[in-house]
Amino acid sequence: MSQTRDAAIVGIHEYPSRDVEGEVTPLQIKAESAARALEDAGLDWSDVDAIYDAGEGGGMGGLNIAEYFGLKPNVIDTTMVGGSSYEYHAGHAKRDIAAGKASVALLTYGSTAHSNATAIGVGGRGGGAHPADNMESFVGQTLIANYAMVARRHMHDYGTTSEQLAEIATATRYHAMRNPEAVRAMEDLEFLDIRETSIDDVVNSRMIADPLHLLECCMISDGGGAVIISSADIARDCKKPPVWILGSGEATKYPENGGDITTSAAVQSAPQAFGEAGVTPAEIDIAMIYDSFTITVLALLEDLGFCPKGEGGNWVQGGKLRFDQSGGPALNTDGGGLSSNHPGMRGIFLLLEATRQLRGESNSQVADAKLAVAHGNGGMLGSRHAAGTIILGSD
Amino acid sequence: MTKTKREITRPLPKHKELDSQEFWAGTKEKEFRYQQCDNCETVIFYSRRHCTGCTSGNLVWKKAAGTGTVYTFSIVRQSYHPFFRNMAPYTVAFIDMDEGPRILSNVVGIDADEVKIGQRVQLEWEEHEALNIPLFKPV
Repeated sequence: MSQTRDAAIVGIHEYPSRDVEGEVTPLQIKAESAARALEDAGLDWSDVDAIYDAGEGGGMGGLNIAEYFGLKPNVIDTTMVGGSSYEYHAGHAKRDIAAGKASVALLTYGSTAHSNATAIGVGGRGGGAHPADNMESFVGQTLIANYAMVARRHMHDYGTTSEQLAEIATATRYHAMRNPEAVRAMEDLEFLDIRETSIDDVVNSRMIADPLHLLECCMISDGGGAVIISSADIARDCKKPPVWILGSGEATKYPENGGDITTSAAVQSAPQAFGEAGVTPAEIDIAMIYDSFTITVLALLEDLGFCPKGEGGNWVQGGKLRFDQSGGPALNTDGGGLSSNHPGMRGIFLLLEATRQLRGESNSQVADAKLAVAHGNGGMLGSRHAAGTIILGSD
Repeated sequence: MTKTKREITRPLPKHKELDSQEFWAGTKEKEFRYQQCDNCETVIFYSRRHCTGCTSGNLVWKKAAGTGTVYTFSIVRQSYHPFFRNMAPYTVAFIDMDEGPRILSNVVGIDADEVKIGQRVQLEWEEHEALNIPLFKPV
């Protein structure tokens, strides 16, 4: 398939606070972010004709958000697949724009998970209507343990070590220390000893769910943001250079009898996205990969095709994921979920930082960055999850 | 009216859920029930009304012998749930039953640090009033 440049990210905003102290609502974060992203693009509310929303604002998702924003869009897409929802939204926006159904798409996210003390990490899981809940809630598998079970099997099958996994946490912290908003986030959330970390720091931090240590786990913050995606015609007249959506892919995975827990749904979504874009992982400058935990990134780097399955541990060694090192893509240059923000569904921030890099606006700017991948993993890596892969390119 | 202090117990499955109901009914008899398609032989677990392998099969209930292998595990050291917080550290694991079903459970009767991938385990029923909970202990 030949590459098409029919839709581009033209406006972005990242809500700066990670601790709103209960004085701002998720809907307010979404609306504020939408307005700032429209300004960033040089567009207005009245230009928006398509809304993509994961429904975290409550109520009947797409219906409520249109009213709250005061919009009457022609396209409403309420795809909800957890933290990867925003990669799905970007892919769907490109599809709808290419089909002539929309010209300016608005994606927003807002969460007050920190202020609400929402247990997204170590909380026990409650029961629900899905039969899987009935089969799993008696076990006490925390979210971290779910990912830890992937790490344990990865170590068993491929000899991966905690020191290798720690490379991911040290690279993201290295980038976070260069991002004033990430540093403020760690201060507001009362991180102890905020500084660049070493491999030893990570592997000597407290064990939360073996083999994952504290510094291998994302934070729980407030936050949000917005993305504006437009047609090529409109993109040419926007204030900032367009960041083209070159390819998208999506896939799901769930527990199966005899299945391989170390391989994620990315093995299905990545070939779709890279194939549509007509690029290979070796050409990618920026890798924005959902870092809920270190193992998430390691498995996803393999499944996206940066290295063969099982070789991720060796491949990440030596600090090559840092923005100022060669030999691999720069990983999560905003500081990631591990060290910048994780309000529950981090997928939108992957698009935001990838766009900053391709515009030349990052705090950890890779010189002449041309191609980025944003890969969201929604749900839980060790059981049921949704993968969304987006390839982005600058002019 | 005096308030009695509620006992902190393991969260139990809700019987109302129709797909998993037969499995839990089996636990009352200390039977591990799973389904297999009489047409394509796909093993179905958790239980459902439809075969995921073909569109024409009938699902037949079978009884697992109760032995299996640890596929992967983690040792939970921190949980906010009151029951599991008191239990920590404890092991959560995927167990591959010899007949094919993979079930999420706890490995008990062994120090958490001694659990290994590939370890042989067998069912250990934790008794409750209306059903029993399938846990696993080393063979």
